[in-house]
Amino acid sequence: MTLDELRELAETEREKQTQVKHEIHVCTAAACLSQRSDQVKASLEAEIKAHGKEDCCKVKGVGCMGLCAAGPLVSDESNGRLYQNVRPADENTDTKEIVASLESEPVERLSLSPELPFFKEQKKIVLENSGKIDPERIEDYICAGGYEALLTALTEMRPLEVIEQITKSGLRGRGGAGYPTGLKWSTVAKASPHNGAKYVICNGDEGDPGAFMDRSVLESDPQRVLEGMAIAAYAVGANRGFIYVRAEYPLAIKRLKIAIKQAETMGLLGANIADTTFSFKIELRLGAGAFVCGEETALIASVEGKRGNPRPRPPYPAQEGLWNAPTLINNVETFANVAPIIRNGGAWYAAIGTEKSKGTKVFALAGRVANTGLIEIPMGMPLRHVIYQLGGGIPDNRRFKAAQTGGPSGGCIPEEYLDMPVDYESLASVGSIMGSGGLIVMDETSCMPDVAKYFMDFCCTESCGKCIPCRVGTVHMHNLLSRITAGEATPEDLALLERLCDVVRNTSLCGLGQSAPNPVATTLKYFRKEYIDHIHHKRCTAGVCEGLARPGKDDKPKGKPAEVTA
Amino acid sequence: MQLKPGAVPPPNEDKRWRIVEGTMRRHGHQSHALIEVLHTVQECFGYLDDVALRWVARNLRLPYSKVYGVATFYHFFTLKPQGKHTCVVCTGTACYIKGSTALINAVTAKAKITPGETSDNKQVSLLTARCVGSCGLAPAVVFDGEVAGKVTPEQISKRVEGWMRNDA
Ligand SMILES: Cc1cc2nc3c(=O)[nH]c(=O)nc-3n(C[C@H](O)[C@H](O)[C@H](O)COP(=O)(O)O)c2cc1C
Ligand code: SF4
Ligand code: FES
Ligand code: FES
Repeated sequence: MTLDELRELAETEREKQTQVKHEIHVCTAAACLSQRSDQVKASLEAEIKAHGKEDCCKVKGVGCMGLCAAGPLVSDESNGRLYQNVRPADENTDTKEIVASLESEPVERLSLSPELPFFKEQKKIVLENSGKIDPERIEDYICAGGYEALLTALTEMRPLEVIEQITKSGLRGRGGAGYPTGLKWSTVAKASPHNGAKYVICNGDEGDPGAFMDRSVLESDPQRVLEGMAIAAYAVGANRGFIYVRAEYPLAIKRLKIAIKQAETMGLLGANIADTTFSFKIELRLGAGAFVCGEETALIASVEGKRGNPRPRPPYPAQEGLWNAPTLINNVETFANVAPIIRNGGAWYAAIGTEKSKGTKVFALAGRVANTGLIEIPMGMPLRHVIYQLGGGIPDNRRFKAAQTGGPSGGCIPEEYLDMPVDYESLASVGSIMGSGGLIVMDETSCMPDVAKYFMDFCCTESCGKCIPCRVGTVHMHNLLSRITAGEATPEDLALLERLCDVVRNTSLCGLGQSAPNPVATTLKYFRKEYIDHIHHKRCTAGVCEGLARPGKDDKPKGKPAEVTA
Repeated sequence: MQLKPGAVPPPNEDKRWRIVEGTMRRHGHQSHALIEVLHTVQECFGYLDDVALRWVARNLRLPYSKVYGVATFYHFFTLKPQGKHTCVVCTGTACYIKGSTALINAVTAKAKITPGETSDNKQVSLLTARCVGSCGLAPAVVFDGEVAGKVTPEQISKRVEGWMRNDA
């Protein structure tokens, strides 16, 4: 397919859509599906048929609309109406009422205002098509401007020019460490092929508990990721790509398979794309539930069919990666940013965000916050704004306690830093990280030593065991934290825990071990009082730790108080 | 003796081996297809038994130790048969702070099993997962492959109780 043919197809598709008076969107991404949104869709369709309105009304299954907690969500694109918690016909009359009211007043009982800060204050680049297009139809993606960037790059730009735009955009890797994407691309572009090959890998492992950005992008707009990978492959000189997705994401896998097939049929992937000499083939590889496989060298081992053990770097994958060939490995969201940057230019992207953190970031907002779901915000938005305006604050009149970012590699941010802007540097300055974008809000019902124990349990079970500091150190730290939360620890245990934080951080081979102490270190720093309470007073203020006293509930602490030294 | 790829016939007449052979063929019987092949075996048979592992090893011309090593490294693979029903409780961060521990305790109370175990009557297996990606609806549980959100201990108890009674 050529650029002209692509534009023509988009035009035809657009015309077809303008003929539909009411295009009703039903979210069919995972969270809404688990609330039976597929049946909502079916009953809306049945209802429209019953009213004989098939000519002017169309129901479309779309990707995640963001406010997953209020799902299933339904919207009417013609008038911007948005409905929440819609139940299918066998439960009540929601779908009947929606169809009956198409031309009259909206159904108030179900209405959700699109004017909420949750929707209004987002800036969508990565998610621009999410909730708008049918992820299982490539025509929908093309109609939204999809594949224009790829074909433009192939026919009008040299690979170096593509890299230049990415560099200019200031895009940094969204998989955690924030490495400059343009720099990585140019390293791979400069490396000489091994046995004639270079590879592109999309990291869709998303092992961070509490994070679902990548899943949502893959389920809602899979073509976008394929297009980003193809542009990258052209820029670095690769002809073969792999998407590594965790097996726990069956819907994302299904939609990726459909997307790859459709793109191949249209000649947008495969041999001689757009009649050029560039060929690019993408294959899917399934993860098998190992967090460490998100680490790039472990991921490469896993694609090779081996155990996912990391290896020392250098050599970096950019020089020696998959089957020893230069390999570009980027995160799902990083690739999803590529097409718009090529379409609008690097300078456009660089104008969004802060000085060192450009563009937007997608966050999975979860935990003790009113509006849980997926948001995309410009870098630099204050954390307080994210939690209280977009997130709608803490439910049940409880108090904010901490925001956890970056999952097991990240840390807990206390209230005093709530006015901090969300960007790579600020988060790092308080001991946490941006990570892949999990943002979990905790209130007074969370006990911080218990949270630290939770993450350490995660790290020691997920440690691949290759190096001793991580394999043994994390188990030891977990034991110490268990003693603390059981009210059995001594002040010496606390000192040992702090020493282990240093040892494990500084002597582990890969990022898993190096960052495993972060949740412990930040909670020790900002919530030390809770540790002291557990150790010296045998008290758990949050009332989480079993067997310990809770102030105001049981007044007498259990067990013998330890000697107070600190 | 160097075996030709795909030269070893399936261990028995079971038709499901053909699906596994399909996956191996699609990857040209190359050793890097191992994980994909194990996924197919588990999809077909529910778990990876010794017979399957040995057959896969010979067909991909890999040492058995390597196949076993991969099968045990990844949490998603299981070497034990599962119960008729499975209940996967998400223990990711969002679910944890919204009470997944209480859900596990509820299953333990009803079926007398802890995570990783199958009930004595082979009806129910309890598993845990590190985030099934529906954190917005935490706590989440996957009942027989279907994700359910905002699950309460009462709901999970009821579900498991029903499964335990059903001996059909
Ligand atoms: C233990 C560990 C787990 C990781 N998990 C992921 C992951 O799930 N997804 C991801 O994109 N990157 C993950 N990373 C980061 C990758 O190693 C790598 O830096 C990233 O995929 C590069 O892509 P980017 O430059 O686009 O961020 C992980 C790193 C470590 C150390
Ligand atoms: S730090 Fe941990 S996960 Fe990383 S290589 Fe060492 S043992 Fe494996
Ligand atoms: S899954 Fe439906 S709104 Fe997110
Ligand atoms: S933490 Fe349970 S679904 Fe993500």
